Amino acid sequence: MLIPCPHCGTRPVEEFTFLGDAAPTRPTTNDPSTMEAWYEYVYLRNNPRGAIEEYAHHSGGCRSWLVVSRNTETHEVFGAVPARDFTRAKGAKA
Amino acid sequence: MRYNVFSLIKNSFSGHKNWEPAWRDPVPQKEYDIIIVGGGGHGLATAYYLAKEHGLKNIAVLEKGWLGSGNIGRNTTIIRSNYMLPGNNPFYEWSMKLWENLEQDFNFNAMVSQRGVLNLCHTDAQRDAFARRGNAMRIDGVDAELLDREAVREMYPFFDYENARFPIKGGLLQKRGGTVRHDGVAWGYARGADSRGVDIIQHCEVKGIKVENGKVVGVDTNRGLIKCKKLGLATAGNSSETAKMVGMRLPMESHVLQAFVSEGLKPYIDGVVTFGAGHFYVSQSDKGGLVFGGDIDGYNSYARRGNLPMVEHVIEAGVAMIPSLSRVRVLRSWGGIMDMSMDGSPIIDKTHIEGLYLNAGWCYGGFKATPASGWCFAYTIAKDEPHKLNAAYRLDRFKTGHMLDEKGQGATPNLH
Repeated sequence: MLIPCPHCGTRPVEEFTFLGDAAPTRPTTNDPSTMEAWYEYVYLRNNPRGAIEEYAHHSGGCRSWLVVSRNTETHEVFGAVPARDFTRAKGAKA
Repeated sequence: MRYNVFSLIKNSFSGHKNWEPAWRDPVPQKEYDIIIVGGGGHGLATAYYLAKEHGLKNIAVLEKGWLGSGNIGRNTTIIRSNYMLPGNNPFYEWSMKLWENLEQDFNFNAMVSQRGVLNLCHTDAQRDAFARRGNAMRIDGVDAELLDREAVREMYPFFDYENARFPIKGGLLQKRGGTVRHDGVAWGYARGADSRGVDIIQHCEVKGIKVENGKVVGVDTNRGLIKCKKLGLATAGNSSETAKMVGMRLPMESHVLQAFVSEGLKPYIDGVVTFGAGHFYVSQSDKGGLVFGGDIDGYNSYARRGNLPMVEHVIEAGVAMIPSLSRVRVLRSWGGIMDMSMDGSPIIDKTHIEGLYLNAGWCYGGFKATPASGWCFAYTIAKDEPHKLNAAYRLDRFKTGHMLDEKGQGATPNLH
């Protein structure tokens, strides 16, 4: 797989460390009433067969956090954006 | 027909043209008492033990591909029971005991070979951890021997003991561990289940699960609706996808793990050896090929093939352990999809839906567990409650904090 890093250009997959699905949202409080949300954030995954947006750290390159769009069934890579832009866009949608 | 020397002699007179097929190819009935989704090792073993141990009839195994086309035919064939935690070790030791009698039990040559599994250690801290694990194994009645460097050298003189970065300090040996012919396991369980009346239906993909009033009533397949009273899911890397059919989200991710085989060599490595400084495990098949593997690729995948960086990484670890491997050529590599749970341990449990049972989360240690997994899953389905051997493999343990985390690493889907 080749990942199009927005800062470094197209780079091979071994330069990246994957954190996993970017869909779970971290709860903003540790209030006991949010334990269900914490459980979902820490443990449960959609684990899609097909399109996924996932956090990837360009650990062997510019060391910035990205969100890579990819297909888990074909390994086709659609694109990568800085994680900050992804989160802001997600916040704007919500 | 039982396989034995007399049936072999009898069939040799007719040129081996009259052997019966090892299992039937039945047309699915409209209704079964129990349906198992997934015709891999765990699914077939479950059906076998449901019929044999619990005397149940009217069972079907639905497989979307051909029998044993998933991870049962893609692994590195290692069996061992060298775990540490109380919830894990008795289960894996039960699996080992089932392996030891498996061939006599299902009357099929699965080539169970207890050639010993040796884990190498490379630091003093790692040796301490091995001593602790060995003691935990012995408490549970499992054989374990802590070897020093010279004892390891006597077994395998060609390893790199003076490696500047990862010198070999010793190892933890389980002599009863070893390898099994993995396809033979699928075939043996399939034949054993079929002869007890289980319908094994290949090329039958489950598209949906029918639930009425909180109770399972059947499955939609590409061969029509099939009704059932109880449904067991044993779909390994596809577990999240099957669980989605009833709106469940599972604490796991699917990742690709690669395995490799080299060209055939003369007898070279007579046991199973694992490198403790990287992740590399190797044994030699009866055909002479070295069978080896390493870590998962590290990204979510359903692709059944990996990428080249992990190929390179695995082979680097292998050459660090055995320098002479550098001259061996790799013949083939392949990938399988692992159901990586968040604590590295599996799930064999009931679900919140009546009649629906889950067997998943095997990470990349599912092969050695095949007999006990089937045995415990069959018990759980037949009795509608877990056996004490799989009582710790609860689905809700992630919520209640009763994780089975052998490495003590916390929630991450890259453990095993």
